Amino acid sequence: MSSQATHARRSQAPARRALGPARAGHGFVAAYTVLLIAFGIVPTGYAVYFAFTNAGGRFTGLSNFSTALDDFRFGPAVGHVAFYLLCWLVSLVVFVVGLALLLHRMAAGGVSRVLRFLYYVPGALAGAASVMVWLFVLDPTVSPAAFLLRGLGYHTFGQVIAPGHLPILFTLVAFWTGAGGWIVVMYGALNNISPDVLEAARIDGAGAWQTAWRIQIPLLRKWIVYMVILAFAGGTQLFVEPQLLSQASVGVAGRDYSLNQLAYDFAFQNNDVNTAAAISVELLLVGLVVAGVFVARSGFFDAD
Amino acid sequence: MQTDVLRSAAAAAPRLGLRPGAGGAARPRRTGRLRRNPLPALVLALFAVFFVLPVLWLLLAATKTDDQLVHANPLSFGSWHALRVNWDALTAYQGDAIFQWLGNSAVYASIALAITLCVAVPAGYALAMTEFRGRRTLLVATLVVMLMPNATLVVPLFLEINAVHLIGSMWSIILPYAFYPFGVYLTYIYFSTALPRELLDAARLDGCSEFGVFRRVALPLAAPVVALVGFFSFVANWTNYYLPYVMLPQSNQFPVQVGLGTLLDSVPQFNPTAGSLEVQRPELALATLLAITPVLIVFLFAQRFLVSGMLAGATKD
Repeated sequence: MSSQATHARRSQAPARRALGPARAGHGFVAAYTVLLIAFGIVPTGYAVYFAFTNAGGRFTGLSNFSTALDDFRFGPAVGHVAFYLLCWLVSLVVFVVGLALLLHRMAAGGVSRVLRFLYYVPGALAGAASVMVWLFVLDPTVSPAAFLLRGLGYHTFGQVIAPGHLPILFTLVAFWTGAGGWIVVMYGALNNISPDVLEAARIDGAGAWQTAWRIQIPLLRKWIVYMVILAFAGGTQLFVEPQLLSQASVGVAGRDYSLNQLAYDFAFQNNDVNTAAAISVELLLVGLVVAGVFVARSGFFDAD
Repeated sequence: MQTDVLRSAAAAAPRLGLRPGAGGAARPRRTGRLRRNPLPALVLALFAVFFVLPVLWLLLAATKTDDQLVHANPLSFGSWHALRVNWDALTAYQGDAIFQWLGNSAVYASIALAITLCVAVPAGYALAMTEFRGRRTLLVATLVVMLMPNATLVVPLFLEINAVHLIGSMWSIILPYAFYPFGVYLTYIYFSTALPRELLDAARLDGCSEFGVFRRVALPLAAPVVALVGFFSFVANWTNYYLPYVMLPQSNQFPVQVGLGTLLDSVPQFNPTAGSLEVQRPELALATLLAITPVLIVFLFAQRFLVSGMLAGATKD
């Protein structure tokens, strides 16, 4: 199937669609729509309702939001998440793009395939498993990289997980599990660049750097933006890493570290679901705005 | 959260792969440079070590005693005997708790997967191939929800589920898992790029009902996307931590991810107040291995499309 054929079909699509029976369409999406309403829209509405009312169900305006804001843990949590996001996004962009370019340029087919798979494998340890592994890797007494940790002057687990290190450590964990998937995506995007363009650049005397910097990276821009947007939205939701780390350090490091943890503690430690809902609404708003702007502005989803 | 990254990485990829005729088949062959400049190869190798070393260490850690873990070479093999001892100790923890958790994970992830497939494939098909009122709204809503990290809705979902008194029921996580807009999006992209409309029209002319067209024409052609949706749904559900952590208060209902947290609490090196039920570190490593095994197996089977098959339109490896 050629892309012209696809285009031709697409342009005919509206006319043909109009002929398609509408009732059947509704039948096919009914079950999904029910789930979308039940687990997408209703919880959102419910959170908003809780965020603006008190325990007795009376409207209280923004007081839950100011309770959250005035909490001594709120400011630091925002700071933690912001700094973590900075580290995470910078490392993601630099290394994912860099590695994809290197893989694309250097490695022969088979080697490149194997490397991409190896980079991807830690994705299988997403969630709690990755934290378990990194608890060990960061403990100088058992770590396979103990020489590195000792070389940096850390001799105990406690020294490694000092509060100032946490954004870097969470970045390491997130990068370890998540980067491989993005490398595969970037590599695919690089493959979509016509070889003619690269060939032309080479004939014009462009070296590896120039080709990467002036041709490949600009052509990858859309994908890089996509990656950053999604990693940003995901990063604001930090929860499992600090939560398990705080368990592993008896609350010394990582307790009430992120906004999601704070929402969790308000809801389940303080029995204050209204303030928890207020924090959730703020996080939801970030997620919604980021997703909405991206869908509307990026042209990524203009297949329709 | 990493699951989001994994999921979203995948969200991007099919746009490349499922688009017919995208990109060029020939890839630049620059292997020769490898010999001229060793630095790039070195960087690639270093990152390979970074990604693989912890996994390798984890595999070996399960074969050691706690003492060997500390004193032996981190990358040495312990002994089959130690593995056996770790296995016995781990399975004895709270009387087979680990198997219960693995079983729970399997039940939750597979029921949710089945519902997801039954719901998402027809929905993606309808969005791509039929016209109905509200279609565009539904599509945009799907895209927006798909791009939102799934942890965003956990506390709101708790409030909702609590209101209908389903906290502690397995449906409190299966039903939210089953709502999988990304699956709908994947199917939508697949059908709108890979299924010729003429085929459906031909079936209609032959007297097929709308459901018949879907059942007899579209569905048999949808195997690749069903596999893809199944893969991502299963991995996402299996590795989810936050939702079950909030929804399921009882240990015997935990999926294995949350179970790992319980085990962690019983490791004296990480929690000095751990009581008599203490768990040794190699047992925790073994439990982690067991917890990821299903996903690793799925990864190995899916290896082809994960690394290149998914991008098959672009490369012909």
